[in-house]
Amino acid sequence: MATLLEVEDLTVWLATRNGPRKAVDGLSFRVDSGEVFGIAGESGSGKTMTAMALLGLLPHAAKTSGRAVFEGRDLLAMKPRALRDVRGRSIAMVSQDPSTSLHPMLSIETQVTEHMRHHLGIGKSEARGRAVELLSTVRIPDPERALKAHPAQFSGGMRQRIAIAVALACEPRLLLADEPTTALDVTVQAGILRLLDRLRRERDLAVVVITHDLGVMSAVADRICVMYGGRTAEVGPRETVLTRPRHPYTRGLLDALPHPEGGAATLRPITGSPPSLGAVPDGCPFHPRCAFAVDSCRERRPEPVLVETGHLSACPPDPLGGAA
Amino acid sequence: MSALLEATGVAVEYHRTGAPPLRAVDHADLTLARGEILGLVGESGCGKSTLGRAIVGLQGTTSGEIRFDGRPVAPLGLRRRPAELRGLQMVFQDPYASLNPRRLVGDQVGDGYLLGGTSKTEARRRAGELLERVGLPADAVKRYPHEFSGGQRQRIAIARTLAAEPSCIIADEPISALDASAQASVANLLVELVRELDMGLVFISHDLSVVRQIADRTAVMYLGRVVEVGPTRQVWSEPAHPYTKALISAVPRADGAGVLPVELPGDVPDPSRPPGGCRFHPRCPVALASCAHDDPPLTILRDGRSAACVLAE
Repeated sequence: MATLLEVEDLTVWLATRNGPRKAVDGLSFRVDSGEVFGIAGESGSGKTMTAMALLGLLPHAAKTSGRAVFEGRDLLAMKPRALRDVRGRSIAMVSQDPSTSLHPMLSIETQVTEHMRHHLGIGKSEARGRAVELLSTVRIPDPERALKAHPAQFSGGMRQRIAIAVALACEPRLLLADEPTTALDVTVQAGILRLLDRLRRERDLAVVVITHDLGVMSAVADRICVMYGGRTAEVGPRETVLTRPRHPYTRGLLDALPHPEGGAATLRPITGSPPSLGAVPDGCPFHPRCAFAVDSCRERRPEPVLVETGHLSACPPDPLGGAA
Repeated sequence: MSALLEATGVAVEYHRTGAPPLRAVDHADLTLARGEILGLVGESGCGKSTLGRAIVGLQGTTSGEIRFDGRPVAPLGLRRRPAELRGLQMVFQDPYASLNPRRLVGDQVGDGYLLGGTSKTEARRRAGELLERVGLPADAVKRYPHEFSGGQRQRIAIARTLAAEPSCIIADEPISALDASAQASVANLLVELVRELDMGLVFISHDLSVVRQIADRTAVMYLGRVVEVGPTRQVWSEPAHPYTKALISAVPRADGAGVLPVELPGDVPDPSRPPGGCRFHPRCPVALASCAHDDPPLTILRDGRSAACVLAE
């Protein structure tokens, strides 16, 4: 498969009252075309800032370094005007909450056709025809009527489907989905996950799914990157990361989940809480919460290294690798 | 076994101007014993929060009866909670909204004791003890809510509830606003407290996997009604109601197998215009022709299980 996006050493500084602080710290990953790449982590791990950096939508006064090469061009080095032609056209985004990402006062038609008319320069009636097709692709019943309606007339799940239709309007190559199902019920979530999977297969669309929900990851992602404190803890194929994790943080996240077979066992939380912005500890960011931490974890900041084919882990003592 | 909490045929209607009344809860039945955790699950809009609020008296009912420790629960309105209902308390979803940002944590937790008639210094001392009990440092008494993380704030909210020395807690999505690792520890804390203090707990959640882990019994709500209730293990291993089955198979598992969850077609209908017959029939994969006009009541099956479906046996 061809590499569509290659992120190298991405660092994002956010402006805080105490000066710039790293929200993302030296992150590298690649996304192939037609692939679903998952970024997992708790809140504050830098997963949303990664997506925002790619789209040039970081908060005011934020700075970036590193490279993010998409179709041969470095997104981080592009001028705002040039990036505007990429954003919404070749890279699109679906955010967590469809009730805020859709404009409440504009008709669905305006919102679905806006990008098409801007980016592709097509006329109103052609855009309308395409919008009808798109809405039926995302399974909105009676698309003709839906175009005249407003977001408030749809349920949360339907609104998220419309938000996906808006994102797909210009046939992007890459879709960034930030917690696309977190605000939805499980039954509705199942429908959205199936839709994303179908779109990826039918349109050769690459999807970056950002979520803290490892169940969602397991359902849709081909490869998973687990982030902690703005850095990669572990990255590898879905099955490997979820069944044979090499990083203690991934292990901890999996152990904190309710056991699939139920039973009376209590949940096993990870002790402590994730570091806040600017308070990431020295050495391995996870060491204060890690049961396997040794002296070197407090001093040296580990880089992700290859532990087996296609599987990188940033844990040099590798306490979980012994069995393999 | 006498029930600690008993709700029979509870209905709650929200009246709206220019629209028909919305029946959020329609003839729901629930019972809860001491030392028991009842998980209440369902999609958003199914009325689980409304039922929870009605049980603690924060929401007026249209019909039905709620009894706590044998005494009827009347809606509080703006009145102070009567002494006999002080044992019935609630934990809210969002600890960012439920704590007063401008009052010291110790004062907020101590309120429960003050209302119970203890002195100010004694209330503060006991608040410190409670905060330690829920796993916070004792100096939390002299700090403000913003100094704590989401998980810690929810622990403060739980401590504040405990100050009223409750025998029954209704927790409405108490862990939904928290991070994964904080979710597990707050859920564990609630379980510990129930076992230790022999309280009853109604754990309202849309997260089925957590309910499965901690609840002794599970009640499933759909469109204002309890459609299935029973011991958690049985409800999960052989759900009697097709809706329960659909809910369970929609939960994605983090097993790395890459299996897409099963989709339940359609949306929850508008509760102000519920479908005739069985309320689930338009979305039900196994509906019979008769389901369009017969509305099955919640019927006792066996082993303490009940379901509202003609096909359940």
